[in-house]
Amino acid sequence: MSGIPHDHYEPKAAWEKGLAKRLPIVGLMYDTLMIPTPKNLNWMWIWGIVLTFCLALQIVTGIVLAMHYTPHVDNAFASIEHIMRNVNGGAMLRYLHMNGASLFFVAVYAHIFRGLYYGSYKAPREITWIIGMLIYLLMMGTAFMGYVLPWGQMSFWGATVITGLFGAVPFVGEALQTWLLGGPAVDNATLNRFFSLHYLLPFVIAGLVILHIWAFHTTGNNNPTGVDVRRTSKEEAEKDTLPFWPYFVIKDLFALAVILVVFFAVVGFMPNYLGHPDNYIEANALATPAHIVPEWYFLPFYAILRAFDGDVWVVIIASTLTGGIIDAKFFGVLAMFGAIVVMALVPWLDTSSVRSGRYRPMFKWWFWLFVVNFFVLMWVGARPAEGIYPYIALIGSAYWFAYFLVILPLLGVIEKPDAQPETIEEDFAAHVTGDDAGSTPSAQPAE
Amino acid sequence: MFKKLAVSAVAAVMLATGAFAAGEGGHVENIDFSFDGPFGTFDQNQLQRGLQIYTEICSACHGLEYVPLRTLGDEGGPDLPEDQVRAYSELYEVFDAELDDFRVASPNDHFPASNLENAPDLSLMAKARAGFHGPYGLGINQLMNGIGGAEYIASLLHGYTGEEKEEAGTVLYENKTFPGGWIAMAPPLYGDDVEFADGHATDLHHLAEDVSAFLMWTAEPKLVARKQAGFVGVVFLTILSVLLYLTNKRIWAPVKARYKGK
Repeated sequence: MSGIPHDHYEPKAAWEKGLAKRLPIVGLMYDTLMIPTPKNLNWMWIWGIVLTFCLALQIVTGIVLAMHYTPHVDNAFASIEHIMRNVNGGAMLRYLHMNGASLFFVAVYAHIFRGLYYGSYKAPREITWIIGMLIYLLMMGTAFMGYVLPWGQMSFWGATVITGLFGAVPFVGEALQTWLLGGPAVDNATLNRFFSLHYLLPFVIAGLVILHIWAFHTTGNNNPTGVDVRRTSKEEAEKDTLPFWPYFVIKDLFALAVILVVFFAVVGFMPNYLGHPDNYIEANALATPAHIVPEWYFLPFYAILRAFDGDVWVVIIASTLTGGIIDAKFFGVLAMFGAIVVMALVPWLDTSSVRSGRYRPMFKWWFWLFVVNFFVLMWVGARPAEGIYPYIALIGSAYWFAYFLVILPLLGVIEKPDAQPETIEEDFAAHVTGDDAGSTPSAQPAE
Repeated sequence: MFKKLAVSAVAAVMLATGAFAAGEGGHVENIDFSFDGPFGTFDQNQLQRGLQIYTEICSACHGLEYVPLRTLGDEGGPDLPEDQVRAYSELYEVFDAELDDFRVASPNDHFPASNLENAPDLSLMAKARAGFHGPYGLGINQLMNGIGGAEYIASLLHGYTGEEKEEAGTVLYENKTFPGGWIAMAPPLYGDDVEFADGHATDLHHLAEDVSAFLMWTAEPKLVARKQAGFVGVVFLTILSVLLYLTNKRIWAPVKARYKGK
């Protein structure tokens, strides 16, 4: 399965041989679990397990919640209260599911930033990256539709605003929006299809997760040095790697347990902190909330969406050039989706031959600015679009695109990278003996 | 990398949530309720006083349509004895679709809905309103002081300034807490509006706090059980974390030892 030489499962007993001939499932499980993994993975390589856990948690709690939920505009809100008051353990299940979505996004953002810093998207892992981006897109769709199901005010108005984005598409927008909603406005048909898709998409995600894992098990994991595992012989490969089980399974489970301590504290003590009070008011098409704000994990992109109003010169140019077909609203939509598209294209936009940001002195600064910018966008996305906030959003959005379209392509040309270790073993040994010469403070694994 | 991301993550939690319902200038006082904090529980006597205030005053206009009457007997809530729950239920009449007529309510029914169209249902009011989400939308105040729904209700109830104005045929009352400053609800409490069997204080602030605590219970009846579950989860997962930490250290020790001697 992997390109790294390692031992494979050898069926011994007669029944094992018989099974392996007919269905080599034990061998598949063995190879997956015993995959050679770089010794020097740091604590940023634990998010995959957290994400797998989140998907399982959301599917299990979600299936049980669906047993008690009623996807009808007259009953949806009341059925949530039924779950909260009458179903055994229902309040806990619902809060786990609600906050599970937040944990899912905390983990996915950490996972994505890890990939961006250590160059995990670079050859030969482009397909892993692209599949990851697809998973991320589906996660956003699933979370968005799930948020509509309680049929509170924010559910309804969030759905109205976001599906309205499709209405901004020139020529076919209105028809597209009607088709998505199943009618002229967010109503029972919308709630029904969102429920149906909210149940379906997690299983599509699960399928893509298998492809994601298959892809990076074929190329091998990236690691904090970005240096490849030596693969000329099994003996050499074993100097750089350890089997996934038990070394990394236990390490990842430890990290997961620590994260779950925080998660259970949030669920137990402040389950509504990340939510919006307006969603405890039943949806009312006649009363618009004072501020319509999406969930926190959408805020950076919401900020990008709102940043491009009719006064921004690129919008004016685009509008003039296209004879008004690309107006400010459609430009914002293009910018929002474009922000994810440029991130998905990063394997081809980053021209540097060095994978890990640890050995890229200039890249580091731009990367951390990108992280800070992400949080600034998140913050400004929740602020009303008035005063200084639209300017902050515009600068932040501009940096997002500049990072992928200008900075990363240029850095590969002008940057002089630091010396990289020869092997993963060297990096691991340096870390174990506390000799961190050659590695930078920001890249130290916190082991 | 990890440390910086951890700092960023903390910042994210602070930044995360949106602009909140407490409108511009909405003054919400921070009140120390018995149910604040990770170990806070409802004060059973306070909930019963709140129920009395709700019954004698609020229920004239407002309803609690999502709250089953039987939950008045729930542990961790008002915890009324069964006969009292039954007797209390019989104060209400509900519409029975099978009879096609009204009948006396039983504990299996819910509280009636609002009597007035523009009087909102109060079942979830304590979760549908919030305190100050600042500064600058960072949510730090709520992280320290709680979401503030019950505080909002209490502040609103004693936030009337006494000013009135008429607008398009409706009398509006000035209120320091209500977003926009003018509310259509006449001051419902003045102090000494009810009399408690246990002789508890009946000044305006006490009444406002008691009924707010009761409405926190109607909005989050499983609050006590939830906090207990959270506490048990945190304790057991902490133990699991320690065990996994030691296991991890043990497993990696021989691997690391190979390099330490060199």
